Amino acid sequence: MTELLKELGSGMPFSHGPAIALGFLLGMLARVGMLRSDYRQYPTYPHGYASHLFLGGIAALVGAVAVPALLEKEWTAVTFLVLVAQQFRGIRDMERKSLKALEDNELVPRGADYIEDMAKTFEARYYVVIFVSTATSIGVEAVSVLGGLVLGALAFGFSALFIRKRRIGDIVEVKRASPSFRGPDLYVGDIFIMNVGLEESRRAIEEKGLGAILIPRDEDARDTLGNLGQRQAIIHDLQAILGIRKDLDTPEFSPVIRRDLETGRAGLFFMPAEKDEEPMLAVIKRVPVLESARGRGSKTLAGRYAMD
Amino acid sequence: MEVTIQKTVLAIITDDSKKASGAPTFVVADESRRQHVAMVLSRILQGQVHDLGDGMLIVVKH
Repeated sequence: MTELLKELGSGMPFSHGPAIALGFLLGMLARVGMLRSDYRQYPTYPHGYASHLFLGGIAALVGAVAVPALLEKEWTAVTFLVLVAQQFRGIRDMERKSLKALEDNELVPRGADYIEDMAKTFEARYYVVIFVSTATSIGVEAVSVLGGLVLGALAFGFSALFIRKRRIGDIVEVKRASPSFRGPDLYVGDIFIMNVGLEESRRAIEEKGLGAILIPRDEDARDTLGNLGQRQAIIHDLQAILGIRKDLDTPEFSPVIRRDLETGRAGLFFMPAEKDEEPMLAVIKRVPVLESARGRGSKTLAGRYAMD
Repeated sequence: MEVTIQKTVLAIITDDSKKASGAPTFVVADESRRQHVAMVLSRILQGQVHDLGDGMLIVVKH
């Protein structure tokens, strides 16, 4: 590998071949690694893959070339590279637009908060690619090919740790509870969900519905759970992964999360395509905590006073 | 762009016309017939049926 890269470098008309090649390679690897089709089913489309790999290639190249350009005092090149890096801000807009376009035809929409969160994630991933390829390229130029590999891997590990998302399961305790009726009123555990007028629907819910109670572990988690966007993200993921027993003309089967105002707990009602409790609990726990929904009370002085 | 009327009473299904006003009202004396009318209306209007008790059902789109 090392010899190959050296040979590759020596064949090039300038001495920075290994730095650029390895930087590009590791940057691309980082993008591919982050592109795994995750459980949110996005991007699942071959065209989505293609465009993100292409842009990933550009990002990796920008990162890899930047360091040699600086060393060679090619200021024009450096200026252009910074300009190219600016283009990645457009990624957020691109993702937001395409997700918003699909929103109208979802049985359970993602909600603006979730879309914003995904768009932000996609944008950030390109900066990680640039960071990784730049670090690799610095390593190769300053130490050796091996040094570049190590520094690139370190950069990726550090970024992965930094942009790692917390999940609902980290901040909330998810307990099973079955939906039940008191007259026409639907409850999950002791939390009121909604009033269902049709007997037929009540029977269907009792037979096929699932419920869960989400208990926040602290005050910040309580505020996160209160955020409507976060709740929408939870029910969207449930529906996307487990399937839902609902159509446009049966709105009473829409998944609902309602708060218990006394305790800050939340009751969740969901009509799955197939009644299976364990997978539902697992899905809820794996829903990412949205950046915009994260409770921050404990980070402020007044918030800390308010805590017991 | 689709325009819908939401969060308002779209229809009232009741056993007595005196109990309801202000929205299209369907007077059906028999309880199981009332359930059926409510079901059909909710499917047509894509709204949810709520039971207010005392023989009154309403359809609301949320």
